[in-house]
Amino acid sequence: MSEQFPVFDVLVAGGGNAAMCAALSARESGATVVVAECAPPHLRAGNSRHARNFRCMHHSPTSVLTDAYTEEEYFKDLLQVTSGQTDEELAQLAISSTPECFAWMAQHGVRFQHSLAGTLHLGRTNAFFLGGGKALVNRYYAIAEQLGIRVLYNAEVTELRMNGGRFDSATVHVDGSPVEIHAKALVAASGGFEANIEWLSEAWGDAAKNFIIRGTPYNRGKVLRLLLDHGAEQVGDPSQCHAIALDARAPKFDGGVVTRLDTVPLGIVVNQCSQRFYDEGEDLWPKRYAIWGRLIAQQPDQIGYSIVDSKIAGLVMPSAFPAMEARTIRELAGLLQISADALDVTVQQFNRSVVEGSFDHTRLDDCHTCGLRPDKTHWALKLDSPPFFGYPLRPGITFTYLGVKVNRSGQVILRDGKPASNIFAAGEIMAGNILGKGYLAGIGMTIGTVFGRIAGRGAACATQ
Amino acid sequence: MQPSSAKVQEGQRLLRLCNACRYCEGFCAVFPAMERHVVISAADVNYLANLCHNCGECYYACPYTPPHEYALNLPKVLTEIRVGTYARSAFPRSFSLAYRNSALVVSVLIVIAVAVIAAVAAAFGKFAAAKADFYAVIPHAAMVVTLGLVFVLAAIAMSVAFFRFWREAIGVPPEVHPVIAALSDTLRLTNLDGHGAGCPYPQERLSQTRRWFHHATFYGFLLCFASTCVAAFYHFVLRWRAPYPYFSAPVVLGTLGGLGLLIGPAGLFWLKRKRDPALDDLNPRDFGDTFIVLLLLASFTGLILLALRETAAMSWLLIVHLGIVLALFASLPYGKFMHGKFRFAALLRNAYERSQKR
Repeated sequence: MSEQFPVFDVLVAGGGNAAMCAALSARESGATVVVAECAPPHLRAGNSRHARNFRCMHHSPTSVLTDAYTEEEYFKDLLQVTSGQTDEELAQLAISSTPECFAWMAQHGVRFQHSLAGTLHLGRTNAFFLGGGKALVNRYYAIAEQLGIRVLYNAEVTELRMNGGRFDSATVHVDGSPVEIHAKALVAASGGFEANIEWLSEAWGDAAKNFIIRGTPYNRGKVLRLLLDHGAEQVGDPSQCHAIALDARAPKFDGGVVTRLDTVPLGIVVNQCSQRFYDEGEDLWPKRYAIWGRLIAQQPDQIGYSIVDSKIAGLVMPSAFPAMEARTIRELAGLLQISADALDVTVQQFNRSVVEGSFDHTRLDDCHTCGLRPDKTHWALKLDSPPFFGYPLRPGITFTYLGVKVNRSGQVILRDGKPASNIFAAGEIMAGNILGKGYLAGIGMTIGTVFGRIAGRGAACATQ
Repeated sequence: MQPSSAKVQEGQRLLRLCNACRYCEGFCAVFPAMERHVVISAADVNYLANLCHNCGECYYACPYTPPHEYALNLPKVLTEIRVGTYARSAFPRSFSLAYRNSALVVSVLIVIAVAVIAAVAAAFGKFAAAKADFYAVIPHAAMVVTLGLVFVLAAIAMSVAFFRFWREAIGVPPEVHPVIAALSDTLRLTNLDGHGAGCPYPQERLSQTRRWFHHATFYGFLLCFASTCVAAFYHFVLRWRAPYPYFSAPVVLGTLGGLGLLIGPAGLFWLKRKRDPALDDLNPRDFGDTFIVLLLLASFTGLILLALRETAAMSWLLIVHLGIVLALFASLPYGKFMHGKFRFAALLRNAYERSQKR
């Protein structure tokens, strides 16, 4: 039995942080709202389930943020990670809206961790959600229910009907059955396409089959594709994604933050042929972890192996899966299923090339190798203290950069340069406007919250 | 050192994931306590299981709960492990069966205990006593010896169980400051407070209900204990004989305590029926329920006895009430009452490790 839906003021496609900020803002502006979330209830909220914090400017210490983090510094950090690939106007808007968003979040019952607690050293720049992103969106869903927002689960938007640059209706498959939902405005907040292996293959070829998707399996980019097909202007490099090296034993989808590994700079990384291929100690890990997804993706079969010895035990955060552990390098090669002879040679060469220094993993130290190709420029310690530990590595995709272009009202820009009057976008689907490249911890939630609220209010306005 | 059971190994698997994630570190004491250890041993798991108050906050926040392939339901698994620590520590060991067959054991215990009190009354007292003259029904000495003996035996069994758990999972030097901190956590139920917001019990919405009902139960119990102590002082030192007037200290303390022990356990029982089944299975053999029922029976019969002590029903009521109190004493070392001891020990280790960190 297919249900007859009334005409809503606003249809929100997506169910993560940006979608819920848009839904709540639209509802609070007086609009009736329906949310189409393509995941089932227990997997709702896309990659916001795995989010943890919100990067927030502030002039003086708050209960959850230390010191001060000015608009200028925030913008400078953004310019640095994106190498300037950002829409300055939208970036400034996002950054300057963060204090107001922070207050809005608190008003809506979002709880934050106290600034003195916390594992990562981001207490000055980032406000940590108590319990993480899922706790945050749970809160928004609870309010949505109180406000009478209709939430459809297992609801995938499969077609958009547009007329002269205006949104008319959408076909939504709810539990597999198509329904036509008419609304006066659309907010597209349905994420990127990182879980769409076929789409990733367009840029990466067969290598994409060996990628691990760190987050939700539901970010298949359906609405993004529909908008582009209907004439939305695109931003961001379609071939780029944020990819890190993570534990190859991670689930194909949704393994989350726990599968990351911090061992790379502390040992060596070899490929399937037991060969090193890049300077593991090029820079501090937080500045380098995001290049290793690409590096592994370029190796045969998209696999690598991080190898360390017992000297570094205790220097790394625990990770989801125990290391493979062996008394000798040859034995470890057996566990990792790579050539023992070749690995032995690689390790011996490496050990012979190590120039001893004073090891300090917290700064760029002077432990390096000499005469290797490639050399390891910092934290080079001989692999000579059993037990030896190995971790298999795969490229892990966090998010994609391709998105739709928007203006400062959150309206989607069409290829003729004009904004669509009743189509708005928020979150990862438009993050490429601000984040053309790289990543800055907590900026995903900033973009989602700022533009979710702008899009929600704008959509409510567009219905009048 | 015991080999770790499959449950404890499952706990280690989950805590490894939690220790790699750490999103929950702002919730309760369990997560900062876990973060102090890179490798979580079986002893650590048993300790952390007793630090967990099963509020469910972390379950609702966790992106990896079933049906996710990590199948992470930490509070539920820690609850199972926690019950294992009670059962393993029981003295004598074979009595750990009581945890698995609590309803049967407690029912039989009540019947035996009432029969014992009735027999003592038949042997030493006279049934048709004057109104409100408790000690005519059962002479004071016989009452003290019967209940006191069982209480002392129970205290010994509880001490041995506590010591066994201490050796297995705690083992920190009992320094003054950690003891004070752990006492404060215990008396205030800090970990059920959720930094003022409450905890998601019985369902996801935050509330202080469970904490208040637990306070009513805990302080009701203490008030009843205080009433007994004051009455003993009156009897042995001041040589005042019961029954005491309605507005005397023992009766007022006992009445308030009895009310606490009616409201608290009834509230906890009610909340438990509304609990999210993902976190607590309603188990017909749950030893938490039987403890609640025993407390309710004790407070209910006590208050009825007080109300009807001037009537002819007094003799029967006294025998039933004392029988239930006797059964309660006897069951203390093998049921829900033990959670307080174990949790205090875990809070103490937590306070000690916190003080070492500085």
